[in-house]
Amino acid sequence: MLSVSVQFEDFDTSVLQRQLLAGACEEGAIATFTGYVRAANTGREVRGMELEHYPGMTESSIKGILERAGERWPLLAASVVHRVGRLRPGDQIVWVGVSSAHRGTSFSACEFIMDYLKNEAPFWKKEEGPQGTNWVEARADDRDRASRWDEDTQP
Amino acid sequence: MLRVLFFARVKEELGCPGVDVPWDNAVADLDSLQARLCRDGGPRWQEVLNRTNMIRAVNQCVVAENTGLNDGDEVAFFPPVTGG
Repeated sequence: MLSVSVQFEDFDTSVLQRQLLAGACEEGAIATFTGYVRAANTGREVRGMELEHYPGMTESSIKGILERAGERWPLLAASVVHRVGRLRPGDQIVWVGVSSAHRGTSFSACEFIMDYLKNEAPFWKKEEGPQGTNWVEARADDRDRASRWDEDTQP
Repeated sequence: MLRVLFFARVKEELGCPGVDVPWDNAVADLDSLQARLCRDGGPRWQEVLNRTNMIRAVNQCVVAENTGLNDGDEVAFFPPVTGG
């Protein structure tokens, strides 16, 4: 079961985690990741941000990442929730949850999904601070994190 | 017709979320479409669309090289992504 939601609304991580369980008690391990808005980025104070995306492509891009994770590891379920619109420091932005039989698979797949989401999913952050607004620049280390998975063929 | 979309900084700098370009053989590939947009839009469009880090997508898939276009395609120009 793969699911993707791009939404304005906040989310409840405990509800999302329960939704990863299919009911047949096959899941031995769920790994989840939650991303939050920080009050500072690269030394600049952040008072809020606007998250823009490319409707349609965002969902299909994330779905493609989940499918690639599913080809690489034996997952039982994988889910991504990503918020768009206006966010403030402390707000949840993104949630990734993976269930599988064993922890190694769930940890790896969760990290893989997040690494590729940061590099491929068409979202853009515009931060607001005391000096005005600025578009967040893409980071080279985010690209490096995703490219590790290309070299590393071990699950 | 080709539907052309701009996002984030590109949309802001061009002051426009997108344009529809009537279909003809002179815009039958991505590079030609980009040249047409630059020609019609003027120096500002030329500067913004020709940035080296510009990402281009056809029918919601990122393409690294020039590629053929068909009537009805959706083309997007946007900066490197920063979600998550």
